[in-house]
Amino acid sequence: MRNTKRSQNIAFFFLFLATLLIVVPVGLIVVIIIQKGIPAVNWQFLSDIPRQGMRAGGIFPAIVGTFYLVLGAIVFALPIGLLAAIYLSEYAKDNLLNRIIKLAIVNLAGVPSVVYGLFGLALFVVFFKFGASILSGSLTLGIMILPIIITTSREALESVPQSFREVSLSLGASKWQTIRHIVLPNAIPGILTGTILGLGRAAGETAPILFTVAAFYLPRLPKSIFDQAMALPYHLYVISTQVPNVDEKVRYGTALVLLSLVLFMNLMAIIIRYNFRKKKKW
Amino acid sequence: MRKFKEFLIENLIFICGLASIFFVVLIFLFLAKEGLAVFKYVNPVDFLAGKSWYPISEPAQLGILPLIFGSLIVTLGAAVISIPIGIACAVYIAEIAPSRIKEVLKAGIELLAAIPSVVLGFIGMVTLVPWVKTVFHLPTGLTALSGSIILAFMAMPTIVSIAEDALYSVPKSYKEGAFALGATHWQTIYRVLLPAASSGIVAAVMLGIGRVIGETMAVMMITGNAAVIPQSILVPVRTLTATIAAEMGEAVVGSEHYFALFAIGIVLFIMSFIINVTADLFLHKRH
Repeated sequence: MRNTKRSQNIAFFFLFLATLLIVVPVGLIVVIIIQKGIPAVNWQFLSDIPRQGMRAGGIFPAIVGTFYLVLGAIVFALPIGLLAAIYLSEYAKDNLLNRIIKLAIVNLAGVPSVVYGLFGLALFVVFFKFGASILSGSLTLGIMILPIIITTSREALESVPQSFREVSLSLGASKWQTIRHIVLPNAIPGILTGTILGLGRAAGETAPILFTVAAFYLPRLPKSIFDQAMALPYHLYVISTQVPNVDEKVRYGTALVLLSLVLFMNLMAIIIRYNFRKKKKW
Repeated sequence: MRKFKEFLIENLIFICGLASIFFVVLIFLFLAKEGLAVFKYVNPVDFLAGKSWYPISEPAQLGILPLIFGSLIVTLGAAVISIPIGIACAVYIAEIAPSRIKEVLKAGIELLAAIPSVVLGFIGMVTLVPWVKTVFHLPTGLTALSGSIILAFMAMPTIVSIAEDALYSVPKSYKEGAFALGATHWQTIYRVLLPAASSGIVAAVMLGIGRVIGETMAVMMITGNAAVIPQSILVPVRTLTATIAAEMGEAVVGSEHYFALFAIGIVLFIMSFIINVTADLFLHKRH
């Protein structure tokens, strides 16, 4: 008896150790980036263009570029993703087509990000002749985050109780009226969570924008959606590997801005979800 | 009029419902359109099994075996690190952690999943790479091992969250039955819960590995990018993904090199397709 108790203690200790092995490095990464990045981040760093071959100055064009790309991606992906989620949750029957759609979503989520980059290059840049532009990059990122938006929105829609729909239908509302006025309003926090997670993902990805939009060095703001643009993740890649003798501080500063942006979005998503679960009355 | 409007909307919903199928097919078609053209220059066997990758020499040598080995060795290393740690962490979160700590841990894992790969690559460059260099007395720390360690951290969130879901969805009665028979908590975990959740855990591992194979930026920044067949885990390697990312910028549209990079894309697409479909089968296996 004592033996089984002891082996349990040993086993639990190792499980705890494994958990620490994941959590501690994550904490360390965040702390290191904040600690070494904070001294570099000031108003000038955030609002100036890069100077002296990106070794000094700021990262404003990269921030603006990322903002445009993320905005473009969500404008494209949210309507399609939301309607697709409505189809899956409200209309789809349990048949072969539904099975294939779900499999396609899983696959879309699993396609390597660099393959999205290739696809965007072949379709938008070369075939549609959009060139390397914000438009091409946004569309590529939009398709990439589609599965995130579909999956989270579908979960949100499906978690609205069936009885809500039945009451609405029994009062004479049509199916679309029921969805529009009963199901959607109750699913909004969940849809919002998914949208923000999608935004965060789009903001942090580098590989899909490598050949579709990213400019190595472009010390001005893009003027139209057919312009190339700098982007934060690509800028971090460039100053860490492609440009020699960049001050460590500038690199950490850029990493900090990117990380804060992405983590802030994820934190928001977590908080919205948490509050929603707490308030939920059904 | 209302009827007509709803008819339009419902059709739009149906079309969007099919969007994901449409995009998967579109991705494959465009990869194939550009990638299959490489087989005018090199036959498929030489492409997959050729030992030299010199895409810009004259004549170009387009054998991707070194790249496949590069991807394999990095993935294998990451799997060895991330599978045991990831499953152990999932068990700890699902079964042992008190509910307060559990929420914190889950949020922590979610944050790890959210860190952009280029940031992990950067941190790997400035911390891990010098460390690997001094510990193993190597001429460079940009090795497959460094890549494996960073990639393990990218696989772990996937493994932990899906394995935890699988453990969580084992019926409560299994656990109660084991306790009633006098088993300790640990005995219950490894004799009852883990076997019952095994298909979900297999799916978790597969999806984690899928994430590793497809990872690009971090791997490109810290594995050293030498396109030779690796003899050990302590040498620089170049993966399939890093090759595309590093070389597409210089490849001329419509050249042999351009087609070859798309053909690598096809290989990656097929790999991820197989992994995801099998993982999905495991996830939906009914007992």
